[in-house]
Amino acid sequence: MNENLAEYFRGDHLPHIWCPGCGNGIVTAAIVRAIKELGWEKDDTVFVSGIGCSSRAPGYLDFNTLHTTHGRALVFATGIKVARPDLNVVVITGDGDASAIGGNHLIHAARRNIDITTICFNNNIYGMTGGQYSPLSPTHSLASTAPYGNTDRTFDLCRLVEAAGAAYVSRGTTYHVVPLTNLIRDGLNKRGFSFIEAVTACPVYFGRRNKMRTAVDMLNWQKEAAVPVSRAKDMDPGELAGKIVIGNFVDLDIPEYTESYERLLKEHASDRSGS
Amino acid sequence: MSSPDTVNTDPVLIDRSLCKACGICIAFCPKKVLEADESGIAVVAHPEECIKCRMCELRCPDFAVMVRSEGDE
Ligand SMILES: Cc1ncc(C[n+]2csc(CCOP(=O)(O)OP(=O)(O)O)c2C)c(N)n1
Ligand code: SF4
Ligand code: SF4
Ligand code: SF4
Repeated sequence: MNENLAEYFRGDHLPHIWCPGCGNGIVTAAIVRAIKELGWEKDDTVFVSGIGCSSRAPGYLDFNTLHTTHGRALVFATGIKVARPDLNVVVITGDGDASAIGGNHLIHAARRNIDITTICFNNNIYGMTGGQYSPLSPTHSLASTAPYGNTDRTFDLCRLVEAAGAAYVSRGTTYHVVPLTNLIRDGLNKRGFSFIEAVTACPVYFGRRNKMRTAVDMLNWQKEAAVPVSRAKDMDPGELAGKIVIGNFVDLDIPEYTESYERLLKEHASDRSGS
Repeated sequence: MSSPDTVNTDPVLIDRSLCKACGICIAFCPKKVLEADESGIAVVAHPEECIKCRMCELRCPDFAVMVRSEGDE
């Protein structure tokens, strides 16, 4: 395998189960490169995931890893972070995992501003279960559960997490892999709740149904649909329809949950010892 | 491709046991260095054209590509 990555992977678990051209491997490698750049120790870092194709990523990573239940990765991650604030806690989640079954947990983790980095692998579909539409499937796109097109409006998950109170919010794509890696690095480095939406490709269940037969077609779509946030500011909603706005949206220094909790415990140390 | 008894001096190394023939590295190489063999696996066809931009390595979903850094050769 690529020797630049090998020390961070469970090599005996490779090749991975993802389909040819699935973007999950591109995002996973970007996360590893970002961690390598930051010099994080494997033993000080925990990956937590839910259920889905994307949520299988931690299984390949030679860190502390926890593969939990559908939509609940942030619940387990919150427990880990509160018990061991010294650890780096990273959540890997799919668009369905994060925004449908796990949507409530996402809102509250952002509201608390707990120091967890969440990387949402957005392939616009439920990959693992065969291509049902997710809250991030584009309106009018085809899915196994929307054979005539999806009538739902699409969540802008970055705006949701911003409104809920996160310290850091960004979006990138697997085509723009260098900026994506930098956005992930900055999110990992941020004290507080960080959310990075990584737009990735499921050529098998999203692409084929939506006139993008190959992984190369899907990367070309990301290339053409992407608009940098600086340019998007001057565009109206009509011009932005079908576009993917990429870049950094939020970067704030605001009180972090475990620090506030520690402070509270210290302030009340005497009350507690007396009880 | 190099035969087993010659030293591989290609600027890019491709792990054939990991490549799933998705074509991404081939399609997006700015110098058309890479080509597919008969089973779709990426091979280094024009090593002399490589500018070491590393895009093939960064976009390979299967961790199968490594661009040699200067001094490795
Ligand atoms: C409680 C529960 N409900 C439903 C499922 C079935 N299920 C497994 S993965 C999944 C959706 C996966 O989609 P996403 O989170 O977008 O991840 P992807 O597979 O696309 O990476 C569903 C509904 C489950 N495992 N557990
Ligand atoms: S079904 Fe889609 S998301 Fe799942 S491994 Fe295959 S390409 Fe990737
Ligand atoms: S990007 Fe990787 S998996 Fe795809 S063809 Fe190239 S070497 Fe093979
Ligand atoms: S390093 Fe750049 S030029 Fe060389 S093979 Fe890879 S993509 Fe092509």
